[in-house]
Amino acid sequence: MNTNVLLWVVYPYLAIAVLVGGLIWRYRYDKFGWTTRSSQLYESAVLRWGSPMFHFGVLLVLIGHVGGLLVPKSWTEAVGVTEHTYHLTAVFVGTVAGLCTLIGMAILIARRRLTGPVFAATTRNDKAMYVVLAAVIVLGLWATVKANVAGDGYDYRQTVSPWFRSLFYLSPDPELMAGVPASFQAHVLAAFALFAFWPFTRLVHAFSAPVGYLTRPYVVYRSRDARPGLRPARRGWGGPPSAPTTRRGTPARPTERSRGGR
Amino acid sequence: MRVMAQMAMVMNLDKCIGCHTCSVTCKQAWTNRSGVEYVWFNNVESRPGQGYPRTYQDQERWQGGWVRTRSGRLKPRAGGRLRKLLGIFANPKLPAMRDYYEPWTYDYEHLLSAPAGEDTPVARPKSLLTGQDTKVTWSANWDDSLAGGNEIAAGDPVLRQVADRVRQEYEKAFLFFLPRICEHCLNPSCAASCPSGAIYKRAEDGIVLVDQDRCRGWRMCVTGCPYKKVYFNHRTGKAEKCTFCFPRIEIGQPTICSETCVGRLRYIGLMLYDADAVAAAAAVKDETDLYAAQRSVFLDPRDPRVAAEARAAGIPDDWIEAAARSPVWDLIMRYEVALPLHPEYRTMPMVWYIPPLSPVVDVLRDTGHDGENAGNLFGAVDALRIPVEYLAGLFTAGDPAPVRAVLNRLAAMRAYQRRINLGEPRNESIATAVGMTGAQLDDMYRLLAIAKYEERYVIPAAHAEDAHRLEQLGTECSLDYDGGPGMYQTGPFGEASGTAVPVQVETFHMLRSRQTADAGTDPGDQPRRVNLLNWDGKGRPAGLFPPRRDPDDGGGQ
Ligand code: HEM
Ligand code: SF4
Ligand code: SF4
Repeated sequence: MNTNVLLWVVYPYLAIAVLVGGLIWRYRYDKFGWTTRSSQLYESAVLRWGSPMFHFGVLLVLIGHVGGLLVPKSWTEAVGVTEHTYHLTAVFVGTVAGLCTLIGMAILIARRRLTGPVFAATTRNDKAMYVVLAAVIVLGLWATVKANVAGDGYDYRQTVSPWFRSLFYLSPDPELMAGVPASFQAHVLAAFALFAFWPFTRLVHAFSAPVGYLTRPYVVYRSRDARPGLRPARRGWGGPPSAPTTRRGTPARPTERSRGGR
Repeated sequence: MRVMAQMAMVMNLDKCIGCHTCSVTCKQAWTNRSGVEYVWFNNVESRPGQGYPRTYQDQERWQGGWVRTRSGRLKPRAGGRLRKLLGIFANPKLPAMRDYYEPWTYDYEHLLSAPAGEDTPVARPKSLLTGQDTKVTWSANWDDSLAGGNEIAAGDPVLRQVADRVRQEYEKAFLFFLPRICEHCLNPSCAASCPSGAIYKRAEDGIVLVDQDRCRGWRMCVTGCPYKKVYFNHRTGKAEKCTFCFPRIEIGQPTICSETCVGRLRYIGLMLYDADAVAAAAAVKDETDLYAAQRSVFLDPRDPRVAAEARAAGIPDDWIEAAARSPVWDLIMRYEVALPLHPEYRTMPMVWYIPPLSPVVDVLRDTGHDGENAGNLFGAVDALRIPVEYLAGLFTAGDPAPVRAVLNRLAAMRAYQRRINLGEPRNESIATAVGMTGAQLDDMYRLLAIAKYEERYVIPAAHAEDAHRLEQLGTECSLDYDGGPGMYQTGPFGEASGTAVPVQVETFHMLRSRQTADAGTDPGDQPRRVNLLNWDGKGRPAGLFPPRRDPDDGGGQ
């Protein structure tokens, strides 16, 4: 098999499979571990700068990627956005968002390393996650800056974007990626590595972004269990407790809800 | 009318001796794990004092609870839904660890392993967050019994509110203890602040719980609760809170803090309330009306109409009967001696307090009066060592009238019973003076002073299909369920990842592994010392003593 097919067909599909499968698996096996693992309790002053900067940046970058990769060039041109306008906006907004992300992440990483309790609570998994995440972000910025500052820009919407969409049409076209500059290639490869790693890191929190909060009533009521028939119960006020003397049946598995509370 | 049942508690502050037994037994039961070392679901704070976490009552600063908007509706003080989501990346109002305290242990091993030398070795304090040397500067009850004096007590937010009327001078120093647990509010702002909807109020008994599987660690609930009774487990990244010992309550047993309370001052019972009336009651305009507003949502279970509605709402008969016998109902509604803690937070708290009266008798005796004479007592209530204004700042949003009424009733009960004790005839006029009857004072005396176990706790067992399971949960550590104890191990995503396990099993296994591990307790992979707080007195934790030496070595025993 030639490297092109391996890099631009097999590898991305594998990564997506791991991402989807991993998320399902993690959700079923490890709901309890699905959390931001916030470290704000340890340190707040630096986080207050780093975290919003990083997150708003990264969400903007995300939106940009959706726009650039998923929306075909013909569509934007159809509504009258010229390549030049698109390019200017993309480079400008993209660079600002990218820099926000980069600086925010630098603050977060420095905070992780330099604040005693935060560092003590940093797992190997966190460190590995930051390596991959930083690689993706740095490579992405580097590719953009290199193409625009050194050269006169690179129109990835002719190559990378159609290839990316072709993955989802299930007719991948690896040839589109063959001639892409190495910097963009590296960014794409790193990104798919990040996708594959995603379900196994704290980054899963991004998939549980609490948008439902906007429409939900403030106070949630939940029933302990579906109400069954009455049970011959000892009266709770019959005196000090004594251990039950008889046991019937085998211990049942505790149900979801009573396990849930803590 | 939509009838709901609420498990509620009343604490009689007169009897609290500040022994912290409740806190310790609660900690043993629920928070003796790593990540929650700093957490006390039950804490006992000295008043005046800063409380735990420090100055949590200062809502200008911490933004807990609800506020009434101009349109007369309620919204979380820290901001509505959109504002919460925009601030989610770094919660602007989260108390830091130092506002609670940095958990620590001591380097006990050094006492034994230090080489012989001039100086006596000391056990250095070590931070449980970093494992490094630390300086202990604060704790959950650092200002216990006015330790630190006025300097620390001056930071009491409630005291500051009444500073113009109450002076904290040495000669006038006052002190009482305020044990606190989660209030299991009727209108919980913790739940309202949770973006993932993981905090819920149980429809059957009103206990407020955090679903550990749904919590995503957004840590907004910590800000939302004005009592700061939701805590963030910094190892698991999930919020945890007082559970009202639901596994015990479900089988009719009182909570651990109540069961072990040395002063026997806690009462647990059901309250029926009209869920449809809560929102309006919590939003009354005047803060001082909130006490009355909250009482107005409670429903009398002896009223046949209420009982019928309750039955229609699916509340079983024995629960309605239990509600009719509830000591909490009696103390709040019949004798009117219990008051809510900080009703002005508008969460409709359901752990109420009988304010303390004791020192008044001493004051009178010292000035040559008969301390148990009703006439003297009524007059003296305003001259109390513990200023009525201060109590009002805690229990009635600053309105001294209800507090005065309660103290008068308590004083009347004493005077009335004292005459009986001395063989004098009953004096009905004492009771009438506080709007009660002699028989009521007798009943109240039985409930408050004799305080029989089965009168303090009237807890109907839960109705569930697998009653057997509930018995299991409450009374034993069953290890024979799926996967067994081996399941509870450090998972690939940090401590305690993987499927959740029943509470008892978890505690059991956690304790056992802590007692048998020579690495000591926590963070991550750094070696830690033996933490005696987690030792239940059974066996000997590895690492507590140096390895036994051989007898023929000539060494010690
Ligand atoms: C869209 C919804 C998202 C929300 C609501 C969200 C929220 C949060 C929160 C609350 C924290 C904890 C901060 C703390 O208190 O320590 C956090 C941490 C973090 N998030 Fe997100 N996040 C989102 C998306 C993302 C995405 C898309 C990424 C990356 C591509 C990301 C990467 C991170 C990282 C790396 C941390 C760890 C920061 C640290 O070093 O402590 N998040 N996030
Ligand atoms: S006291 Fe308890 S129920 Fe009330 S808001 Fe706080 S945590 Fe929630
Ligand atoms: S155990 Fe009882 S008496 Fe002791 S501190 Fe707790 S509430 Fe007070």
